[in-house]
Amino acid sequence: MALTNLALPMATLEPTPFGTAVSETVAQHFRVLNHVLQYGNWCLEVDPTAYYAVVQDLKHTHGFTMLVDLCGVHHVAEPASLAVVAQLHHLPERTRLFVTVQLPITDPVIDSLVPLFPSANWMERETYDFFGIRFTGHPNLTRILNEDSMAYFPLRKEYPLEDQTRTDKDDRMFGR
Amino acid sequence: MSQEKQTVTVNLGPTHPATHGVFQNIIELDGERIVAADSTVGYIHRAFEKLAEHRPYYQITPITDRLNYCSSPINNIGWHLTVERLLGVQTTQRIDYMRIIIMELSRIADHLICNGILGVDSGAFSGFLYLFQQREAIYEIFEEICGSRLTTNIGRVGGFERDFSETAVLKLRRFLAEFPAVLKEFEALFDRNRIFMDRTIGVGAISAARALDYGFTGPNLRATGVDYDVRTASPYSRYLDFEFEVPVGENGDTYDRYLVRNQEMWQSLRLIQQALDAMPNDGYHVAVPAFYLPPKAQVNTVMESLIYHFKVVMGEIPVPVGTLYHAVEGGNGELGYYLISDGGRCPYRLHFRRPCFIYYQAFPEMVIGSLLSDAIMTMSSLNLIAGELDA
Amino acid sequence: MTHPLVTDPPEGVTGQGFYLTSLEKAVALARKNSIWPLPFATSCCGIEFMATMGSHYDFARFGSERPSFSPRQADLLMVMGTVAKKLGPILKQVYCQMAEPRWVMAVGACASSGGIFDTYSVLQGIDQVIPVDVYVPGCPPRPEQIIDGLMAVQSLVGTESLRRRHSESYTQLLKGYGID
Repeated sequence: MALTNLALPMATLEPTPFGTAVSETVAQHFRVLNHVLQYGNWCLEVDPTAYYAVVQDLKHTHGFTMLVDLCGVHHVAEPASLAVVAQLHHLPERTRLFVTVQLPITDPVIDSLVPLFPSANWMERETYDFFGIRFTGHPNLTRILNEDSMAYFPLRKEYPLEDQTRTDKDDRMFGR
Repeated sequence: MSQEKQTVTVNLGPTHPATHGVFQNIIELDGERIVAADSTVGYIHRAFEKLAEHRPYYQITPITDRLNYCSSPINNIGWHLTVERLLGVQTTQRIDYMRIIIMELSRIADHLICNGILGVDSGAFSGFLYLFQQREAIYEIFEEICGSRLTTNIGRVGGFERDFSETAVLKLRRFLAEFPAVLKEFEALFDRNRIFMDRTIGVGAISAARALDYGFTGPNLRATGVDYDVRTASPYSRYLDFEFEVPVGENGDTYDRYLVRNQEMWQSLRLIQQALDAMPNDGYHVAVPAFYLPPKAQVNTVMESLIYHFKVVMGEIPVPVGTLYHAVEGGNGELGYYLISDGGRCPYRLHFRRPCFIYYQAFPEMVIGSLLSDAIMTMSSLNLIAGELDA
Repeated sequence: MTHPLVTDPPEGVTGQGFYLTSLEKAVALARKNSIWPLPFATSCCGIEFMATMGSHYDFARFGSERPSFSPRQADLLMVMGTVAKKLGPILKQVYCQMAEPRWVMAVGACASSGGIFDTYSVLQGIDQVIPVDVYVPGCPPRPEQIIDGLMAVQSLVGTESLRRRHSESYTQLLKGYGID
């Protein structure tokens, strides 16, 4: 049962008509603050209160059955915020859709997508580990890649890359 | 005396011969049957994403090598494709075909390890030895092209640093001539081998719906029956110029995963053959002055080239501002690069969508109810690469 | 008629049916040609080790026919790949479980000094937690380099005194790492 490549168009920077239609429909029904085209994929920036509902709608009504990726971003430009970016994929229409939400840096809390997509489990743990974003409803929100005893969230921009306690490397020589 | 059922907690890893890489599974056994499992990762967390924020764009290629290090060229080329998409660079046909050849070679190399080690984990060591000889042949081809065997740092943004030499093409043709016989022999050893079939059929099965829920991609997803392949879903690098099939399984068990990987190796051979035969001559690199070092002869004589050389080495050329996502079909599935560029010399944020990390979550569900030795086979057939797991 | 030599015999006196040498030399000969490694493979260097174990480079001809994954039965701990700080205590525990005499080879740049990963989560070299005998540089080292490292271990094993493990300096070395 293999796929033979009959007339599949090359990926261009043009969005699929399905993607454009879905993003407009969702923008009409939910609190979507912004929808932009990013190199061929639509990105919906939603209000944090509408985040779970939008993803649920995309999954159950529009058929985006795959949560491809979920990550965090730390925006330092004022007003500083932490963003969560979720990427959904529609298999038959071969369309990707990004759902972004901006959270205040002082108290970054957002709904967890685990009830909808089990694959969000570790991705949200990684986002928590790196940025400190808390996901309500997550079954086990603990650090995953770093040690549990770590006291800070390393991927935030204010923390350095190197381990500051190392003695064998001289920062003057390493051009930091 | 009351009859209490006691379970034994066994720690499988992080250092264990069957875990190819360092990850831990805490397994609760009732006799020999698994009742609960929990996975811990992070034992090789090297902070790639943080590292990428401090390195200029072309210095990130060596880091991408170390993601799925069994098939480094795919990671490298995927990263170059991402940067080219950001810059709006259009590559020539020759570059795309060269990339296809290299990526399919690395896919074969990755599957060689996975299936070879699957054999070793079930007790059959010889298959691994035969396949590894072929991996040496692939290493020789990579050495000829870029100088390195394993962590290749191959190619440049905008093409390659040098064209395929005559020796490289000769070695490629020899590989294409010799490898099919070895793969056939390997299949003859395992495909209808009663012991292997008993150890793998029905073991670690997952349904297509659950696999999609868990974000599976790559051969593991295709073994369940879903024909999602990034090469056809979001085509790149002129893959669709050629004819190839996407092999798909039925039950999503270890045997199907093994068969799908074997079939993918055959399809990769087909692609390499077609690309080599149809190779045009329209240049092995395009002009991307921000990332491509000018030829040395010019650097020593032409002022502009000297300036560009300096700027490229120091990473002092800004790039467009933008946010993009680009994915390639890695050995394990969709390897994606989510790049946010703020115009500076380093990415503002680079997130790697690592297939291993995402589908390893399903491991407890796949092994609960089976025997401990089945857990070993399941883990082996998932092709978990620790570098990609932790990044 | 001369017979092919598998290895050079140690200094000694030979006669009809006997070979007289010191115990130390005999033990050294036996040990250095039968080093059983514990492949502690974490990342890319582990794949190059698999290539070294394969038929082309054949690690086994140096006597390392049986890689032992159990520390109790291994002689040489080969740490191949990056060691994160999370893995440090585990590496130390594996080292402590090995019986004397034991040697450690750090294969690759990451195990030697942290390699290209000068980050908050990576141990900058395994000699931060365990004593190392041989460092093999490279990223990843070619199989020839790994074999060169093994031969360096062999020369260390072949010249080691039988009393070294009970000596004061060795005890001090281990104490420095917090290992009794």
